[in-house]
Amino acid sequence: MADQEDDIVLAELPDEELIPQMHDDLYDGLKDEVEEGVYILLDRGWAPYKVLTEALVAGMKVVGDDFRDGILFVPEVLLAANAMKGGMNILKPLLAETGAPRMGRMVIGTVKGDIHDIGQNLVTMMMEGAGFEVMNIGINNPVEKYIEALQSFEADILGMSALLTTTMPYMKVVIDTMKESGIRDNYIVLVGGAPLNEEFGRAIGADAYCRDAAVAVETAKSLIARRHNQATAG
Amino acid sequence: MSDALTSLLAQRDWLLTDGATGTNLFNMGLEAGEAPELWNVDRPDAIRALYRGSVDAGSDLFLTNTFGGNASRLALHQASDRVEELNRAGAALAREVADASGREVVVAGSIGPTGEIMAPMGSLTREAAADLFEAQAEGLREGGVDILWVETLSAGEELEAAAEAIRRTGMPWCVTMSFDTAGRTMMGLTGSDLVRLVTALPHPPIAFGANCGVGASDLLRTVLGIAAQGPELPIIAKGNAGIPKFVEGHIHYNGTPELMADYARLARDCGARIIGGCCGTTPEHLVAMRRALETHEPGPKPGLDEIVERLGAFSSLSDGGEGAPERRPRRRRRG
Repeated sequence: MADQEDDIVLAELPDEELIPQMHDDLYDGLKDEVEEGVYILLDRGWAPYKVLTEALVAGMKVVGDDFRDGILFVPEVLLAANAMKGGMNILKPLLAETGAPRMGRMVIGTVKGDIHDIGQNLVTMMMEGAGFEVMNIGINNPVEKYIEALQSFEADILGMSALLTTTMPYMKVVIDTMKESGIRDNYIVLVGGAPLNEEFGRAIGADAYCRDAAVAVETAKSLIARRHNQATAG
Repeated sequence: MSDALTSLLAQRDWLLTDGATGTNLFNMGLEAGEAPELWNVDRPDAIRALYRGSVDAGSDLFLTNTFGGNASRLALHQASDRVEELNRAGAALAREVADASGREVVVAGSIGPTGEIMAPMGSLTREAAADLFEAQAEGLREGGVDILWVETLSAGEELEAAAEAIRRTGMPWCVTMSFDTAGRTMMGLTGSDLVRLVTALPHPPIAFGANCGVGASDLLRTVLGIAAQGPELPIIAKGNAGIPKFVEGHIHYNGTPELMADYARLARDCGARIIGGCCGTTPEHLVAMRRALETHEPGPKPGLDEIVERLGAFSSLSDGGEGAPERRPRRRRRG
């Protein structure tokens, strides 16, 4: 019963209290407050990349963890992601100027016949929150559209999503076509969606099945790192 | 005036529904990504065969092949202007098969989710959703369905929009949600939330419950949670035949007919009166389920341990109600 409405004035908080407060505000999906926090930190001379990682990405990590653990559900995550997007929009032009480190580039889309893009929109926001560049090609994608986007966007990662048991087999069509064109191994292929599971991901030849957006981010990070290591070793 | 389902429920303790639509159509050559609803017009014999599969296996009720038959879903296949036609065709074929069966079989017009996120989180308003559902319901009515069957929903707002649409048509209906995320629906609703939602509706359904979701075990845990609320309306259990696997180029569900037969017995013991399958459930499964239900003496409600022992492990720790992990404390709270 401890919800006394102490009005919190963000600008009065020292950095070490403002950051956890921003994490809380992200958690609660408070877009205006998150944006205000970003401006305050920038005013205090924080580098845009530091604001991104310590305030936004770290905050979204908490949201992602609680989503993974069945504590938060889609509506709360959408609100949080929307709040993060508010902060990101402020940082994006600044990050471009200051040359923040690049994590990798991803093309993501829902497969042909499937209209459900909730999952992939979450993945997009969480991946962007983690510093990846993402091209979201929307719903109902035939294999040609995936391949065209991978090439034009110079992507490292392909993400495919499906919510229906009637559409999930199409992921294999995409991967098989990539194999036939000899480009499969140029990309990390991640798949996800409610009816999928790890075994399915393996059976169709994906690199990994990601059970939710938070796992997608972690998997993308580790597979990209492994790729870099292999590239250096080779 | 009583509808076909209500009158069957008055005569019988339990009813067997159908199983999968998508899985069975794949087995007949539906390609991944194709709209199953187009077959109502393009491949009527395949759809008749799909329906007959359920009826011949002993289903008392089966769903029409119209799950994705709303304008929002059909737009993917450039068929959003064919809502009325495709629903009417799917329903008329079902009517024909049911009438030829020589016994009482209920034709339930399937209505699936729009696939859109409802406002304010998304862009679909309640009014627009109700209009989509109403157009589909009218097509189904023209084709001769006995009742409407809204299924696999995850958002409460969408359920209310469908309820409003159906109230406008005045048709009898049933509704089920899919509890696939840590015991809750994707949008975070528990079985108890569903009971509350349904109880508050001005044009309540005949029966309600759970379909699809993760596996048979999870679904029964949800049914137990619903039954614990003591709702007056009959409960529906339509679970998947296990978990999907990819075997030699097509999707295969790992639940055997024996497992689904045991699931049917347990569903009855959990308090469900309308029992059937969802994804992966073939006529072969239905035959085994029918036989099981016919010979089953209802027992006490099973414990969660017993469900796990007989059907396999749950996919999450709880059904999202009591015992579910809570949100972390925050410094300020809103709302």
